Amino acid sequence: MPVITLTIDDELVSARAGQSILEACREHGIKIPTLCNLDGLSARGGCRLCLVEVAGNPRLLPACTTEALENMVVTTHNEKIDRYRRMILELTFAERNHTCAVCVSNQHCELQTLAAELGMDHVRYDYLNPELGLDTSHARYGVDHNRCVLCLRCVRVCDEVEGAHTWDVKGRGIESRVITDLNRPWGDSESCTECGKCVEVCPTGALFDKGSAVAEMKKEASFLRRILDGREKNEWRR
Amino acid sequence: MNPTSLLKQAEEEQQRQQQLNLRVFLCYSTPCIAAGAEQVKTALESLIKEKQLNTELEIVATGCMGPCSRGPLLRIKPAEGEEQTYEKVTPEQAREILLHSIEQRPVETEALPADLPFFARQTRIVLSNNGEIDPEKIEHCIARGAYSALAHVLHEMSPEEVCNEIKNSGLRGRGGGGYPAGVKWNLVRKSPADRKYVVANGDEGDPGAYMDRTIMESDPHRVLEGMAIAGYAVGAEQGYIYVRGEYPLAAARLVKAIKAAERRGLLGSRVLGSNFNFRIDLRVGAGAFVCGEETALMTSIMGRRGQPVPRPPYPAQSGLWGYPTLINNVESFANVAPIMEKGADWFASFGTDKSKGTKVFALCGEVVNSGLIEVPMGISLRDIVFEIGGGLPDGGKFKAAQTGGPSGGCIPAEFLDTPVDYESLKELGSIMGSGGLIVMNETSCMPDVAKFFMEFCLDESCGKCVSCRVGTVEMYELLKRITDGSAMLTDLEILEELCELVQETSLCGLGMTAPNPVLNTLKYYRDEYLAHIENKSCPAGVCQLDQIPLMKLPEHAAERAVFKEER
Amino acid sequence: MSQNSKKVRLATAWLGGCSGCHMSFLDLDELLIELIEKVDIVYGPLVDHKEFPEDVDICLVEGAVTNVENLELARQIRTNSKIVISFGDCAVTGNVTSMRNRIPIKDLLTAVYHEAQAPIGAESLKVLPALLKKALPLHQAIKVDLYLPGCPPDPERIATAVTALLEGREVELAPQMRTFG
Repeated sequence: MPVITLTIDDELVSARAGQSILEACREHGIKIPTLCNLDGLSARGGCRLCLVEVAGNPRLLPACTTEALENMVVTTHNEKIDRYRRMILELTFAERNHTCAVCVSNQHCELQTLAAELGMDHVRYDYLNPELGLDTSHARYGVDHNRCVLCLRCVRVCDEVEGAHTWDVKGRGIESRVITDLNRPWGDSESCTECGKCVEVCPTGALFDKGSAVAEMKKEASFLRRILDGREKNEWRR
Repeated sequence: MNPTSLLKQAEEEQQRQQQLNLRVFLCYSTPCIAAGAEQVKTALESLIKEKQLNTELEIVATGCMGPCSRGPLLRIKPAEGEEQTYEKVTPEQAREILLHSIEQRPVETEALPADLPFFARQTRIVLSNNGEIDPEKIEHCIARGAYSALAHVLHEMSPEEVCNEIKNSGLRGRGGGGYPAGVKWNLVRKSPADRKYVVANGDEGDPGAYMDRTIMESDPHRVLEGMAIAGYAVGAEQGYIYVRGEYPLAAARLVKAIKAAERRGLLGSRVLGSNFNFRIDLRVGAGAFVCGEETALMTSIMGRRGQPVPRPPYPAQSGLWGYPTLINNVESFANVAPIMEKGADWFASFGTDKSKGTKVFALCGEVVNSGLIEVPMGISLRDIVFEIGGGLPDGGKFKAAQTGGPSGGCIPAEFLDTPVDYESLKELGSIMGSGGLIVMNETSCMPDVAKFFMEFCLDESCGKCVSCRVGTVEMYELLKRITDGSAMLTDLEILEELCELVQETSLCGLGMTAPNPVLNTLKYYRDEYLAHIENKSCPAGVCQLDQIPLMKLPEHAAERAVFKEER
Repeated sequence: MSQNSKKVRLATAWLGGCSGCHMSFLDLDELLIELIEKVDIVYGPLVDHKEFPEDVDICLVEGAVTNVENLELARQIRTNSKIVISFGDCAVTGNVTSMRNRIPIKDLLTAVYHEAQAPIGAESLKVLPALLKKALPLHQAIKVDLYLPGCPPDPERIATAVTALLEGREVELAPQMRTFG
């Protein structure tokens, strides 16, 4: 595969042609915060946390969907980018009811960790406090829309990896909600295979194993890479 | 059909029209229908039946004539003598006008003056057939030269020549962006692929704008012809025209037009006897403003949820189903046939150095003559508002002109003499946009206007990216607080910083431009914002500012939405 | 400290919170003894002072601003204190206290004082301070200088912040010390 060379944060870095800036960064240990992105799922460019500066481009570009190109000069951190990332986190926290103290994913939450890492220590915008519910109709899992950040990892993993496409989105803008089976209760879903992939990839406490109490819901999204690699190498064929 | 038979049919139709004693043109576009054109038509038809006049005259239900606030409009064109236009015609007046015209007696209803600046100051390229043809009759269009440019292009020009002609004409995207059309066409033409697409964007969604609707309703064949020429130029065999769901009449007329053109071999296989095949299919939107954004529009065409995807890759590289796709606005395509027919130099003779040709505007708001106008680029705002528009009604004082809808801004009175072109409007912090132009008088409150557009944006945000989904809501909350009197000066700082964030970090054009009305009004009318915040007063007298002293009355305070001390 | 003779005047305040943050403060254990040599605790649930005093150096504020009384006190704290610290998640984010924000006040009061089996009856509504429409994080009511998140903030966090302040250093919390929850 052809190799390209680009500059990331003043360092020359090599990448394979066709890789995204984010993939190139990760391979070289350059940390870019992400929320909607997950290794193994299609890139989406929705959370806006991975925005980087590319010389010659007047706009900030999402590292996850932008292809790394020969001679590209990328800046992953500076005062402006870091400030924007904190503001985007502020907006994310203001949108729904992320009361960390009483969340099943407290201490194991990607959103919570990101806020601490990026130094987002308070939200200046009005908390919108929307009226959102829970769906605990499923025998094993529950969905708490109060915690959902609309990263749509659940939608993508269900469609792209499990192939069930139980999850999708209804509404638009601030009214967007993840739904199961054309907005029927999860427990009534005929397409759900109960594989639990959506729960494991969910970055917050929005999807959880039923019965989890505060801070008990630990997730392990790295299974996805194992599955995908295994599939590629036909590890489960006799 | 081949070029010869096309010409023959045009001549035959022209002859038929000339043999009539009288042609009656009734504006039959959405605004005039709303004003009663249907009843006028019934009255005229029953009169014809009654007097058995159908061999001598015809009623042409035309597309938009322009001055929509004066509808229903009726134009009488006798074989000999002057043509006359009548405004706000009632069925009784229509009867009288027609009867007297036939009998060659003086008409009692007063006609519009022939030199009305509304018409005299316009230059009509795109709208040249409006008011002259029945858009549902392809013969009318052919008689006025429809598809002759396509015939010429297919038989006399190479695709490269067509692209260069467009490039030389200086035509720029009429959807608002102003990207040079020729450059885009060449990009798609040069993209190597075994399949390519042409898409016409008719998902016009700005509040108050109806240019594209009118073009599609009044002269659908012009758009189809432009798309076919584009298809030939870039090497596409399939076109899609995407019309918003709120435009059922435009969609119906386009379907009819596509069928009529296909039946005559003007679209479909071996167009006009050439080796070029081009099909056009209609796609109707489902009520999402964001689908006017090109990548969202394409995902919608492909049957997916109408949400944008990050660019690059641009549609010219990877569009519909991953193939190179040329996407232009309906009005851009409507300019193509005249450019091919009369040449790039002719087209470039209109407009300014960097903005060539004309622009269609939907002039509305506080103006005497509201309606649809087409003016050369570079005309001053003053000419549009005070000459063509006839000024403000009831002695109103001009305060601002809003262009570009929710992506644009307000241009204050001191810039009335600015030429209207892409660059000048951008410099003023507004944009050309798709062509909505709303005139405002002194009773408009600018923070309130900004709030209105922000409410529109938050409602129309698709929800894919955080900056737009939540940013528009938070900006709206801050504007709401400013207009209800509970804002502090720090809120203004937070608002400005948030505007910058949403502008710079949103995924698509909707979010990127959503803060424009705020930033632009803050630039020119900051004192109004400060009056709301510091003096708790609305200079325009629009906002209901709650003046309850914050801490003095706790029982009221408890009811307040937000409750802050200066920080 | 420039002068040994003058101790730092530290206040703590308890707004709309559960007092868990104050409990965590008490969990400073032996550090409290060191602390008391350097500071005077001049106000708060731990000492018996009715009025918020003047010339406070540092004030730790627990809880969200949820009623007019909280708001009044918050403003007084701001006026009389040099450094105001949002102490714990309720002050920083609204946290549990703000979970009532989705419920209209009338429904809320009815549910708690009329329908629920509460030891106090409807008549107590008259003496309750009026609730704000929404419980606000402290910084949405007054200017805040420092944020100490956590529910409650661990004693280590409190110690790190307070020690730094007493030594006149800028407070720098490591990422793991500034998580919510």
